[in-house]
Amino acid sequence: MGRQLEIDSVSKRYGEVVALDRMSFSVAAGEVFGFVGSNGAGKTTTMRIALGVLAADSGEVRYSGAVVDQETRRVIGYMPEERGLYPKMKVGEQLTYLARLHGLSSGQARKAVGEWTERLGVAQRVGDEVQKLSLGNQQRVQLAAALVHDPQILVLDEPFSGLDPVAVDVMSKVLLDKAADGVPVVFSSHQLDLVERLCHRVGIVRGGRMVACDTVDALRDGGGVRLVVEAPGAGVGWAEGIAGVTVREHVGARTVLELAEGADDQAVLRAALATGPVSEFRRGRQSLTELFRSVVSEEEQA
Amino acid sequence: MSGSDVRMSAWGAVGLVAGREVNTRIRSKAFLATTGVTLLVLVAFTLVMKFLSGTGGADATVGFAGQASALEASLKATATSVGQEVETRAVGDEAQGRQQVSDGDLDALLVGDGTSVQVVVKEDLDAQLRTTLTVLAGNIELNRQIVDLGGDPGQVNQRIGQAAIDVRPIEAPRDFNGEQMVLGMVAGILIYMSLLINGQSVAQGVVEEKSSRVVELLLATIQPWQLMAGKVLGIGAVGLLQMGVIGGVGMGLALAVGALTIEVSAAVGTVIWLVVWFLLGFVAYSLVFAALAALVSRQEDVGGVIMPPLTLVILGYVLGISILPGDPGNQLVEVLSMVPLFAPMLMPMRLAMGGVPAWQAGLAVVLVVALIPVLVWLSGRVYRNAVMRSGAKVKLTDALRSA
Repeated sequence: MGRQLEIDSVSKRYGEVVALDRMSFSVAAGEVFGFVGSNGAGKTTTMRIALGVLAADSGEVRYSGAVVDQETRRVIGYMPEERGLYPKMKVGEQLTYLARLHGLSSGQARKAVGEWTERLGVAQRVGDEVQKLSLGNQQRVQLAAALVHDPQILVLDEPFSGLDPVAVDVMSKVLLDKAADGVPVVFSSHQLDLVERLCHRVGIVRGGRMVACDTVDALRDGGGVRLVVEAPGAGVGWAEGIAGVTVREHVGARTVLELAEGADDQAVLRAALATGPVSEFRRGRQSLTELFRSVVSEEEQA
Repeated sequence: MSGSDVRMSAWGAVGLVAGREVNTRIRSKAFLATTGVTLLVLVAFTLVMKFLSGTGGADATVGFAGQASALEASLKATATSVGQEVETRAVGDEAQGRQQVSDGDLDALLVGDGTSVQVVVKEDLDAQLRTTLTVLAGNIELNRQIVDLGGDPGQVNQRIGQAAIDVRPIEAPRDFNGEQMVLGMVAGILIYMSLLINGQSVAQGVVEEKSSRVVELLLATIQPWQLMAGKVLGIGAVGLLQMGVIGGVGMGLALAVGALTIEVSAAVGTVIWLVVWFLLGFVAYSLVFAALAALVSRQEDVGGVIMPPLTLVILGYVLGISILPGDPGNQLVEVLSMVPLFAPMLMPMRLAMGGVPAWQAGLAVVLVVALIPVLVWLSGRVYRNAVMRSGAKVKLTDALRSA
């Protein structure tokens, strides 16, 4: 399996509260893994344990088959959920310092700082104190801090939060480039459209457990067939009574239906035409957002 | 790990952390300002000391009118024998002399024919000058009697001058003088200020990392003990540099202008002891400060949490500075100066004053050195357990207990 990052049955509890319950997943070299779940589901705890900032009660984190130790952690690029840099230190000095803590020589560190600040669009600000930067630019510096030592593993907690669309594009490109270099990339996000677009595989966590973990395609297929019908004349309840059909969403002229196994989509089309003109009739799969919602609603029922 | 060429020794990381502390602090305005102001105060203090002691002049000025001038030499000799320095001055006549006395230019005016002591003063005769003049009057009468008895006053006085007393002390005398007293006080103030400033820097540095959350990024790379050790060593090095510059410049200046007349070797000894005790005191106290500061997450809470150890520093200093000048051999201070909590403040003061038995100086050092590993262990534990917990203040007992 090569250089993959494995989280193996990691558990953590705080007193009576179970934060992680046998959390397991792995990220292969060159793979972008999206980590999604509600707030408090255990994403940050998992990442902190992977970085050794928190100790697990049980379970292991391995890279290339070996348990991750202090030496391995030095090659991880980490972006904590709680952003943190020295507010009164200059951007360039700060990044150089962090790069050197990861083992770069001062020459290598300066060179890397130059490259990454250029690439992330903050090269003009290397002489400024971090606290004088806008939040968006601080975020870019934070990402530079995770990348400046040329990490062999990337673990990013909410890297897209607080970024403007241009920065989102820069960040997306960086993640895909790193993966193309053979680096396992894990990131958490609430922006599911981004996760869907960037990730090869996605893990959905709930209550400290991995409840779904597969490729984006496989996860979307799992929810059955969707029908999107746009019929301006269709009133509420037009599709009720058709065998094997459930209404998922009905907003304005647009209705999203879920078809059970063997349900007849032509019967749906006939029912729609009976209400008047139909401007769109399309088969599709559930989106990641829909899947995520159904997982969360299971949680509420549980 | 085969693919990693980025190995670094454990102390390499400590060195990087310490280097950052030194770099940021030495360039900070606060450091330059405190060092500059302290130096300025020290220079001013040295010059004032020099002015007060060196050009002090005579204790009293006495004028002589007319025939009374015959007493001038005898008065000077008498004054010297009783340890007073008297400046003498001849005045034109008695009227002029009286004028100078009432103007305050003269402390006293001797009048008469030189066979008896007649003194004109403004209001009253200064007590010490009265003693000198009384002895002078006695000598004049004694000489007259010797002549009457057919003796030679010169010969008698010579014999009297040769008579000496034999002093046999029961205890060896403490060899400190006024200068060493001042030196001790200055040493005490420097150590105290340095512990206060640099100790608080450590505490604030720990909380800065915690409140800015940068600590999570750092601890994802290095171990808590490396971060803590680097911080303590870095700030300690800055403090040491500051102390060395202040102590060296101050001592050099004092010796150069002659405000201090002690031997250079003694002065160097004082500076070395100052540095040793700064290092010991700083390491011991800053470990405690670092651990306690890790319990809180906001700068506003630092003051409260480090108050107990800070009180000990202040208490030690206040005890020393208030008791030692009046009573250099005070037993309470002598005992406390060997107790590790107070030694960093009290021992350097006593050492600068001199007269400290070698075993006491040694014992104090040994006890602090023995305490430091215990503090390293305890503080490391508290720091490691508390530094990642942001939000409400972490209880000290929780931080000590949880692994």
